[in-house]
This record gives sequence, structure tokens and C-alpha cells, in this order.
Amino acid sequence: MKIRLSRENVRGEFVKKVEMISGEDLLKCYQCGKCSAGCPAAFEMDILPSHVIRLAQMGQEEELSKVNSYWICLSCQTCTVRCPRGVDIAKIMEALRLVTLRQKNQNKVEATALPTELLAELPQIAIVSNLRKMSG
Amino acid sequence: MKIPYYPGCTLKTKAKDLEDSAIAAAKVLDIEMEELPRWNCCGTVYSLASDDLIHQVGSIRNLVRVKEQGANQVVTLCSMCYNTLKRANEFFLADEEKQDRINRYMDEEIDYTGDVAVVHLLEILRDEVGMEKIKAAVKKPLTGLKVSPYYGCMLLRPASIGIDNTERPTVMEDLLRALGAEVIDDPYKTECCGAYQTVNRKDVVVTCVHSILTSAQRNGAEVIALSCPLCDFNLDNRQKDILQTYKGFHPIPVLYFTQLMAIAFGLDESVCRFELSYNDPRPLLKSKGLIE
Amino acid sequence: MSETFEKKALIVGGGVAGIQAALDIADGGYQVILVERTPSIGGHMVQLSEVFPTLDCPQCILTPKMVMCGQHPNIDIKAYCEVESVTGEVGNFTVKIRHKATYVDWDACTGCGQCEQKCPTKAPSEFNRELAFGPRKAIYSPFAQAVPNKRVIDPDHCLKLTKDKCGICAKVCPTQAIRYDQKDWFEEIKVGAIIVATGYELYKKENLTEYATDPDVIDGLEFERILCPSGPTAGVIRRPSDEKEPKEVVFVQCAGSRDPDKHLPYCSRVCCMYCCKMAMLYKHAVPDGQAYIFYIDVRTDGKMYEEFYQRGVEEDRIVYLRGKVSKIFRQGDKIVVFGMDTLTGKRVEVEADLVVLAMAMIPNPAGEKVKKVLNLKTDQFGFITEAHAKLHPVETGIDGIFVAGTAQAPKDIPETVAQAGGAASKVLSLFSGVEKGQEAVLKELTG
Repeated sequence: MKIRLSRENVRGEFVKKVEMISGEDLLKCYQCGKCSAGCPAAFEMDILPSHVIRLAQMGQEEELSKVNSYWICLSCQTCTVRCPRGVDIAKIMEALRLVTLRQKNQNKVEATALPTELLAELPQIAIVSNLRKMSG
Repeated sequence: MKIPYYPGCTLKTKAKDLEDSAIAAAKVLDIEMEELPRWNCCGTVYSLASDDLIHQVGSIRNLVRVKEQGANQVVTLCSMCYNTLKRANEFFLADEEKQDRINRYMDEEIDYTGDVAVVHLLEILRDEVGMEKIKAAVKKPLTGLKVSPYYGCMLLRPASIGIDNTERPTVMEDLLRALGAEVIDDPYKTECCGAYQTVNRKDVVVTCVHSILTSAQRNGAEVIALSCPLCDFNLDNRQKDILQTYKGFHPIPVLYFTQLMAIAFGLDESVCRFELSYNDPRPLLKSKGLIE
Repeated sequence: MSETFEKKALIVGGGVAGIQAALDIADGGYQVILVERTPSIGGHMVQLSEVFPTLDCPQCILTPKMVMCGQHPNIDIKAYCEVESVTGEVGNFTVKIRHKATYVDWDACTGCGQCEQKCPTKAPSEFNRELAFGPRKAIYSPFAQAVPNKRVIDPDHCLKLTKDKCGICAKVCPTQAIRYDQKDWFEEIKVGAIIVATGYELYKKENLTEYATDPDVIDGLEFERILCPSGPTAGVIRRPSDEKEPKEVVFVQCAGSRDPDKHLPYCSRVCCMYCCKMAMLYKHAVPDGQAYIFYIDVRTDGKMYEEFYQRGVEEDRIVYLRGKVSKIFRQGDKIVVFGMDTLTGKRVEVEADLVVLAMAMIPNPAGEKVKKVLNLKTDQFGFITEAHAKLHPVETGIDGIFVAGTAQAPKDIPETVAQAGGAASKVLSLFSGVEKGQEAVLKELTG
């Protein structure tokens, strides 16, 4: 699998969008991997947070659309508080979610598709927070 | 002291045990928690996007309600509400242009200026009441009860809004010691429970919570103390899902720190609403002589 | 320039930088006063086990220089002393030196060590980085090859000085050198040039809150003492909590360094090399042990350094993992390390027996006073600012005051020694230049 790099992807629309929504500078990340090392959801992610940022740095929008990482993300902020460069990784994950949700106009979790028994069992806080992250 | 109180949605239903025990325990310490009128859902989880103003409005509106009461402070019990409200306030304060847009959008409300302090009950207990006063109010010390406090994420992270040090918090430990309990320190006390994945990916929650609970048990915990209804659901109710994957798992009761306060202050068991817990804590508490 | 120009140099700090500069200036024919805060010169280098890339024994290569300092007719070592104040200017500095009370008359003390042997009180040894298995006595010399070879009483632990009990050392001293009533005393000297070589310390482990405070989570200097054949365990590798031999050892590089958000933004330069070295020495001592090193980069910028690192991997089978460690905590008998291998993209967990943190290098806090007293410009971390970063690396902004060693910035031993020689040469040219200058002036006056 080859990645062709040029200004089109590394300084392209996707990178700009992710940086704008997150408010973060992707190039501040020096790929130390500390975020991935401490991520409590890492076991279930296709690729780990530091690699997600790597692909984002290289403007690889299509590659990123295939991974589940930012949907599994718990927004627990463990990555953010430990990053030695002060990169807010949680915000970058949110930006990647929003890029998909806003573009595709398709929710990751559809409220109407949730079974009634589940809705009855769950505390409201779970439903609200889930839909806040998984739907547009 | 009187202080406006923001309950949040879940505390009125599934987490009534947190609310009832908190209000009752706070009264013993002369804290009157007055529920905010016309409060609305805070819209948890805090939106991390820089351009998502509409998602901040719900939270800011609640802070406007606080100002309408003539107050500058609001106390929360739910960690997630605490985090969402406080971060929304921080977001608001950071950018004047966004402040203006949000105020103009909330056309009929008074203009908000970002001056409401969002606090969690634990902060009030530590900073305004003090552990000595809490110790003095204890009628039934929790002697011999091995409690492992669990903070989760929202109380501590990010550092700018955390109620304590993000890696080495001590506020719940100090409180539990003041109540006479034996505190079990556990390295997983700040690890995420799996949060909102509990809706459609409960397998993720199961793995997270299994690590958290087994670590606490390994260190000798008999009961977990926490502050968040979502953590409570994940750590308590989801134990039935843990048992399906991890056959050797031993269930462990999970309580809100305010329920432990209520017991220690000698209040009637009814304020604790134990029937709302999934794993019944009563056998353990009875065995320690803490309830009838 | 005033009429008298004192051609005497003051060197503050008796580590390898101070020692080298002292020898160079003294060999050049001028008087040197070498002030050292601790009871012996030698600095951190004598605490180390073996030094990279040669794996020389640092005590063996430094102690001859220490002895030369001690015996050199042009060098006056003032140990257990501190600089109190300095006034004047180049050629005419008046320096007030505090001689801290040793409670031992060093003129009478022969260094026989009888007092130390008989002293009943133990105290944590600063030289052994306060490791539990390497205490010293209340009357002590920091290490066996100390120069000067004298004894010092620690007033916080001595039973006589704190509770008016014991007094055994006074009874056994063959030259009656013990003086319990000694006080600090002061001395004023005049010098023409000053070299500041106050050295470094390590950033405190406790600052890294995501890494547990635990006896088996130690820093580089503590592990050096454990590895050192003349150290508290005689080079037998034992871990501090239960003195068992660790079979799985994790090294964490960049602990506090390269961390602009929370700790120190700069690279401490020597950690990549010393972690590799320590892992190699550990393997030599525990052949069936395994060392893991978590890194972001491996910086091997000196002569034969890259080859040294390759040797560590190929000969001693060190497993290098590219990724920072997020959390360290105890689980029963083991220390769990949450790490990452960014090269495979996988999280890595190690249940270690011992964790060694390569803590960042910071300027020695004990040097703060000297820097203030001399009004030296420092950067925000306390490293002394050079007159020009590229072309005047050993001069400070003040005429006649120079800097050498890690007081200026993190660096390794070869660079320290070279820089010390550089500072010494500045002093030598200053002093010999003045001679010429004076002659020229005199010629003019006398026609």
C-alpha cells in the first residue's frame, strides 16, 4: 500500500478542516505514542490514536474513513492530559467524527434504531452522551 | 450555606439514590442545596468542536438560571454535568465573539458574562466545610468497610477543570477516611469506565470495567464509591454482562459517596434508596453493622 | 584596569569540569582555589558505574585527577565550603567563602576512619542517592576515594549534636580531631577570574504524577549506584523494595525531557546513551534478565556512540520500543508499565520487576546561590547563559566569569572536559594577556 504525498494532501482541505474543527495543530504531534499507550479503549481500535493523528497529518482522509478508532474513542481525555506536546487528541478525535457526520449526513448511531428495552434500561445520561458523539 | 443545585436529568430518575442521599447528607453539614428552577439538560458530553456553538447553549442557559437566582455558584453531583457545565463556561470565557453570538442567540435571556463558578459537591466538602467538620458529624463511623474510591474521567480531566490532581487525586480518599472507612488505593481509579459506549458497544464497557473492578478487588476493596450515574451504571449494572464474558468474576457492590456519607451521619436508610442499586449493598453494610 | 590584577582563579564546583579546569590553570602556572560544597571533589561522575562508550570505570579514570588536584602545589581545594558573596570586577574579585562546620579539625584529621567505623548512627547517604540499602554514618566521608580524605559530622543525625549523647568518635579518634563546638567560619580571598562549574541534578521523579512513586521506580543515578561495583550492593543487582534480583527491567527515556506542555521542553542529551549503557551493564550482571527501553528517538551523536548502541542491541539483546510510557503502577509483586510500540502500532504492557526513569537533567539547585551572587544571566530553566550561543560558549556576559560543564547545558563527560579546558584557556589567556598588558603600561609610564 503506497501513500502519495504532496501539498494537496498534507496541506489540503481535509487537514485544514480537521485543524479548524479541533482547534489543534496536527504537526505539534511528534508521534511519541503516549496517547496510545494510555488509551483505555485501545484494545478495540483498528489503529491507535497516535497513528490516527499520523494519517491525519498526512491528509489521508480515505484511509481514516475506514477505521473505527474515533468511534470507539471514549472522550475520556486521558490522552489529552498526558500528551507532552499539549496536543488535545480528544478534540482531534471529535473533529474526525464530525467530518464524517457533517459530510455524510448519516449518523453512526440512529436514535430510532435503538430497541425500546435498551432505552428503558439505560440511564438518560448514557443515551444523551452517546447520541451527542455518534450523531449529527 | 445555601447554594443553587443543578441536578441533571438522570438524578431525577435512575440516579435518585445519588440525589436523595446527597441532599440529606449535605443538610447535616448545613448545606442547603436549592434546586435551580427551569433547568434543562446540560447536553453532556461537552462538545469538543471549536465551532459548535449550539451545543454549548444548553449548558450556558443553566448558568443564566443561576444568575437569575442572584447567585454566582452552582453545585452539581453528577460528574458529567459538572464537566460539561464547567467546560462550557470555559469555552464561553475564552472567546468574546462567541460570547456575543451565544448571548444574541439566547435572545430572551439576560446576557451572560461567564461569571458563574461551577463546583462539584466534593469541592465544597473539601474547601468550604473541611474534613474536620465532616468527621465531627459522623455518628456511625464506617469502621472496617474497605472502600475503593473511583473517580472516572469527568471529575479530573482536563486539568483546567479538574477538582483535584489528574493522576493522584485525594479528595474522595480524605472524605472516606473522615467517615471512618478503610480506604483502598487503586491504580485504576482514574481509568475510564467505557462511558457512552454502553449504548451500542457494551463489550467495550465490559472490558474496561472488568479491569477496574478486578484491580480494586485485588487490592482488597469490598465496595466501590463513585460520583457519576453513568459510571454507576457501567460499574454496577453492567456486572451482569461481565459475568457472561468473565465467568470467574465476583460481583462487588457499588455506592455513591453520598450514600456512604448518609450512613456515616446516621441518617435513615431510606434516603439512600438502595433499591436502585443493581448489586444489593445491604448484605455487606449489614455485616459491618452499619445498617439494621 | 586597576593597578593590581589578581592572577588567581576561583573555580566553583568540584565535579569533573571544575577538576579539569583547575588542573589546566594550575599546570599553566597560576594559583587556583577550588570550592566544593560537599565534603569531597568528584561530583556525579564518581557515582557512576561505568561510562559510555568505553565502559571505563569512572572512579578509576577520575580519581587520579582528583589526587593530582589534591597534591598540586597550585591548587587549594576548599571542600565543604560555599561562596557567600562576591564583589569587584575582573582581576579584582573579593570573594567571601563560608567554611561549613565539619565538627572535625581537618588539620588534625588523618582520614583513618576509626570514628566512622565506631559511629552507631546511620543516615541516608546522599552519595548513594539515599537508597535504603546504602546508608552512611553520622560522621562520614562520602566515598572511599574522597579527596580530601577527611571526615564530616552531619549535625541533623549526630547523637551528640542533637541529644548530647554518644560522643564515641571523640573517644576513638587517635589525634583528638573531633570538635563538637565548631562553627561555620568565613574567609575572604581575592581572585582575578571565576569559573562556575556547579553541575546538574536530576528532575524529581515525583513530578511525573502518572508514574507511581514506588521504591522500585528509580532514576538513573540510583540505578548507577546499584550497578556500581563499589556501590552499596557491590554491583549485585538488587531492587530496592525486597532486594530481589530483577529479571525484567524497563527503562523509560525522556522522563520529563522533551515535554514542553508539562515538564521540560529540552532534550537532556545523555539519557539515550546511559540507558543503553545501563541496560548493557544490567545484562552483564544478570545474563538471564531482559531489558526494555521505551524511547522516542535514540540520540547517539558522539564519537563511537552509534556503534555502542548497535552493540547494546545485538550483543546484549536490549529490546527497544518506540513509544512513550503512559502509566506506571504497582500490581502485587510487579510494576506494570503501559507503553506503546509506534512502529507496529500496538500498545505494549510489561510487568516489570524494576523501572528506571531517565529523568531530565536540570541545573544543580545548590548552584542557585552562586548564580545570584554573581548576578549571572540564566535561561528560564536556570542554565547559565553564554555570552554568545555559537561563538562564546564558555564566557558569561560578565568579564572574568566563565562557565563550564552541565551548569551551562546538559552534556556528556567528553564535552564537559573539553569545555572545562576551554574555560581554563580563557582564564590563562586573560592572566598572561594581563602580564603583557601591564608591561606595556609600565613601559609607557617609565618611558
